[in-house]
Amino acid sequence: MSAEAETQSAEAETQVEKREVQAEEHPVAPFIRMDRMPHIWCPTCGIGTVVKCYASALENLKLDLDKVAIVSGIGCTGRVAGYMNMDAFHTTHGRAVPFATGLKLGRPELNVTVFSGDGDLSGIGGNHFIHSARRHMDILVILVNNFIYAMTGGQNAPTTPLGANSSTMPFGNFEPPFNLPHLAASCGASYVARWTCLHIRRMTKAFEEGLERKGFRFIEIIAPCSTLYARRNRLGTGLNLLLFFVVFVEIQHGVDTREVGIAFQEKIICGKFVDDEEQTTFLENMNAHYERVLGDKYVSMPPEGGWIHE
Amino acid sequence: MKTDPAGVLTGAHYLDGDFAAGEGAMAAGCRFVAGYPITPSTEVVERIARRFPMMGGTFIQMEDELASMAAVVGASWTGTKSMTVTSGPGFSLMMENIGLAAMMETPCVVVNVQRGGPSTGLPTMTGQADMMQARWGSHGDYELIAMSPKSPQETFDLMIDAFNISEIYRVPVLFMMDECVGHMTEKVIIPPAEEIEIVARKLTDKKPGEYWPYELNGGDIPEFARAGDGYHFHSTGLTHDYRGYPEMSAECQWDCVGHLVNKIHNNVDDIVRFEEEEIEGADVVVLTYGITSRVARLGIEMARDKGIKVGSIRLIVVWPFPEKRIRELAGKIKGFVVPEINLGQMVLEVERCAAGQAPAIGVPHPGGGVHDPNAIVEAIVGAAK
Repeated sequence: MSAEAETQSAEAETQVEKREVQAEEHPVAPFIRMDRMPHIWCPTCGIGTVVKCYASALENLKLDLDKVAIVSGIGCTGRVAGYMNMDAFHTTHGRAVPFATGLKLGRPELNVTVFSGDGDLSGIGGNHFIHSARRHMDILVILVNNFIYAMTGGQNAPTTPLGANSSTMPFGNFEPPFNLPHLAASCGASYVARWTCLHIRRMTKAFEEGLERKGFRFIEIIAPCSTLYARRNRLGTGLNLLLFFVVFVEIQHGVDTREVGIAFQEKIICGKFVDDEEQTTFLENMNAHYERVLGDKYVSMPPEGGWIHE
Repeated sequence: MKTDPAGVLTGAHYLDGDFAAGEGAMAAGCRFVAGYPITPSTEVVERIARRFPMMGGTFIQMEDELASMAAVVGASWTGTKSMTVTSGPGFSLMMENIGLAAMMETPCVVVNVQRGGPSTGLPTMTGQADMMQARWGSHGDYELIAMSPKSPQETFDLMIDAFNISEIYRVPVLFMMDECVGHMTEKVIIPPAEEIEIVARKLTDKKPGEYWPYELNGGDIPEFARAGDGYHFHSTGLTHDYRGYPEMSAECQWDCVGHLVNKIHNNVDDIVRFEEEEIEGADVVVLTYGITSRVARLGIEMARDKGIKVGSIRLIVVWPFPEKRIRELAGKIKGFVVPEINLGQMVLEVERCAAGQAPAIGVPHPGGGVHDPNAIVEAIVGAAK
């Protein structure tokens, strides 16, 4: 290279260095605690996608974020509350639903979302899950199902498909898993849907509907866990899992939820299974009942809660 | 501030201790209760379930005690004063989220009407054997406050203090009744609302964006924001920094957990509460709490008739323990006598605080009844030698 060329090249490099790149804010940044980024989730984990869709739903609905609260339990998805820029609670293992119940009943105007994993909500928290659905508690439950206890290293979950390998079922799982949409629907959920991390648009739409409906709303999202579930089961990477969803997902809106159980590496039925806009909630039922039996004597808790102050 | 009159049933009543606990909570401004039925505590929530609809309170019967305690912690974050009620087996289940309340610094009250244990034990009969569980029954290091009333009247009065003190220090207050006090019916005078002073939750003056939920600003207690007021705060059961953000380090553990312990340790003198009788010149001091304080009275009288100089201390706040006072007395007396309806719990604390200056003689009882006063006399005579 000639001396002149070298000088030109050096100048060009300096110019490149000097050029200021305008930092573009991620569209959902206002909904995320950006001071906590980067998050802890593995590359190709599906949870980030679910968070993005939830944030998009909040954005699309233009909800007053001051009145939206989010509650998580423990596990990989249990970390979601910690990254959302709203009143957020990271609670004990399995207790996100009853914690959210207290939050809702303590201040009825809040729109409360529970965001947690399959092990947290259907394993250790399974009893709370079914009772909350039974009493039509007014919360949106988003359950991210990665078929495994991931945070603790890939142990068997109540959702692990028959035959799949986990660290505590090293010779393959022989326990039948839960069919979660059916569990929720049969216990009284007013809204039940299932999507995968592939279904960005439909998932976002489901979250929008879930946030706007009332009663116990349940949305299951099937998410890839490449670090543990895919690796143990030799299913490739997160991308391979998404490709699997492309081929093996069938969308069947309104299908009988008895039909939507998930078998190992077989079809996954997605869709909106239940959408009962007429169903009344715990609070509506309680208020209507007391108004009927107690008349004027009944004093309901104000929407802003039972905080007694000057 | 004065309490909300809607919750105050002013007048003279005959109430059992359980009902008095319910009335005390409502008078204190409690407006959310989550519970699960368990003998001998159930009457507390039955009372509340009947009265709450008339005062803007919400009672919910949860699916278990794990859920009850979790719901109470959640509700408290809305600023609504919250409580749950249970007995031994339920108390064990609540330990998980009592730890969460301690870690999140959430004011709340947990009533335990103690029965005989362990396990299912004696469901309908009295006990005082959960006292050590009340101290550190949840895992990890933390400090909280526990109280023990001796009568329905004191149950009512103390319940108001329990709510107030839980707001001041942002800790769960464990209200350690026993089946005898819970099921004894006595006169309870409920004063007019304007005579009931309550501590309203003090919310931060800071604006959203300037507020961090665990920032201490030089004090012992962080400022509160309610969920739904626009602060967009984060709270977690993980070890956390002043922002409420998880941080996994020994340094942060020192700051976070050290604070949970220090906020009580630094204020022990303001929190401890006990009642003394004829302590001056006593050779023997009988230390009691709850129903045992009343049973011990006869034993103390009988020992005095024998010419022994007996004083007594009745713990009202049980945890934190009046360590300083016990140490002080230990240098002046021949011995402590500690009757309690367990096989030796608080007596260990007396022994620790006496630090070898005076013996601490326990008068154990396994539960299912109260002490024979003669057993207490015998221990006093032994201590006086």
